[in-house]
Amino acid sequence: MRDVPPAEGTVGSGPPGLWPRAGTSVRDWLAQEGAKGATIAAVSTVAVFAALVWWIANSPNWPRVQQQFFNPENFAESWPAVFAGFWLNVRMFLIAQVAILVFSLLVAVLRSLRGPAFFPLRLLSVLYIDLFRGVPLILALLLFGFGIPALGLPGVPRSALFWGVTTLVLSYSAYTAEVYRSGIDSVPESQRSSARSLGLTQWQALRYAILPQAVRNVVPALLNGLVSLQKDVALVSVLGVREAVRAAEIYTARTFNYTSFVVATVLFLIISVPAARFADWYTARDRARRQQLAA
Amino acid sequence: MTAEGAPQLVIEGLRKSFGAKVVLDGIDLTVNRHEVVCLIGPSGCGKSTLLRCINLLEPIDAGRIDLAGQRISGPRVDANAARKRMAIVFQSFNLFPHLTVLDNVTLAPRKAHGVTRREAEQQALVLLERFGLADKAREYPERLSGGQQQRAAIARALVVGPEVLLLDEVTSALDPELVGEVLAIIRELAAGGMTMVLATHEMGFARDVANQICFMHAGRILEAGPPAQVLGDPTHERTRRFLQRVSDAGRL
Repeated sequence: MRDVPPAEGTVGSGPPGLWPRAGTSVRDWLAQEGAKGATIAAVSTVAVFAALVWWIANSPNWPRVQQQFFNPENFAESWPAVFAGFWLNVRMFLIAQVAILVFSLLVAVLRSLRGPAFFPLRLLSVLYIDLFRGVPLILALLLFGFGIPALGLPGVPRSALFWGVTTLVLSYSAYTAEVYRSGIDSVPESQRSSARSLGLTQWQALRYAILPQAVRNVVPALLNGLVSLQKDVALVSVLGVREAVRAAEIYTARTFNYTSFVVATVLFLIISVPAARFADWYTARDRARRQQLAA
Repeated sequence: MTAEGAPQLVIEGLRKSFGAKVVLDGIDLTVNRHEVVCLIGPSGCGKSTLLRCINLLEPIDAGRIDLAGQRISGPRVDANAARKRMAIVFQSFNLFPHLTVLDNVTLAPRKAHGVTRREAEQQALVLLERFGLADKAREYPERLSGGQQQRAAIARALVVGPEVLLLDEVTSALDPELVGEVLAIIRELAAGGMTMVLATHEMGFARDVANQICFMHAGRILEAGPPAQVLGDPTHERTRRFLQRVSDAGRL
């Protein structure tokens, strides 16, 4: 099975994946897995899925569920409102993602600074990370989204949308800062010595020697966080922000039909499945590059 | 403040410990301008730590370090300013893997010394040319052999015109056939009058190039003097035993 030489840029070893590995054409993949293996995979896949569909379609309440969740008319009717909501999800996601990547890097850098003078900053970042990693996201959303506007502070925005996105950024940044920090810690200490010995300041050593290597090391983990955030923006619906899930709920409350939730599900999948595939592809490519480097 | 005629480097009573382990136990060393000092001694005797302390990469517990008559140790000095006047080359090269050879060499001039990129690259290319690396300037370190990487690291150290060059077993990580090319560069630097302190296991090289050899043991300099004396007629029992072991291993 392995005597077929892998094509240029492919990984020759490693467990066979669900998907063709980075840089492998479907034909190469088939050649590697073998025609017999591919046939077995195809037949068993069709059999399993057919059995599942048959089992669900023959459940006692299937006709009613079909009417409630998979009604084409309701699908078409609820689509515009849910799609408009989903567009808001996409915008919230994009803004939050950029803010998270920048803010969490800042927190990670503060946490990595050395020397007694920086102790208050290190303490602050540790407190922040512990606090936001320790609170369920939905609770943080409820507390910030309802609590802060209720204070009625002059000059502080009262919009649920604003506080929803802000809470997402604060919560996700706590995790992402730890991802960055693991990247910073993964760069050998000798690189820091080397940079400092050249007369670079602590900040310059971080900026020009450590961070470029650290960020490259954690790109797969950052992509994973991105896929996760893409779905979690839907939680902002608890604050009444009319995004996809909220729009679907409104439709359901009016019509007693749940097809709008399926509409929202389909919309999220259209974005998150390709994003997850991309993250996998990138991670595999990164792994291949490292293996080549090590060889 | 630089005192005219003062020795390039003076170390007095330097002590350093990691936790309870004393690594340097009262080091006194004077290095004159244009002098080459070789530190020899068994692994773990403190050679590397001494070089790292001189470069202010490790804080010292006691003692003082003067560079050209100017105090550089202690809490009230600007360590970055002092580091800019010295350079260290490490055993494992420590080039920045994400930067090309040229960017590795020009990083310190551009960022720490405020030289323009154009000027820094001109200077760097002259050095790389001299070290036979002109055609590798745009390559990443991973594409270079160990000897080439170490030569690039020496170029990176030299480009800022250091007053003292510190070399920490710079050939120990190299394949035997690559050692020569790196030693040739150090010989050339010594002939050019560069002040150097180097830790090495290459005794033959040390004898040729050093003005002064210091034998270190357990964090102290047990014996110091001209190569002929320390290597040829050591007075200390431990020095004799160390040299015997080295010569048995066929490295003298």
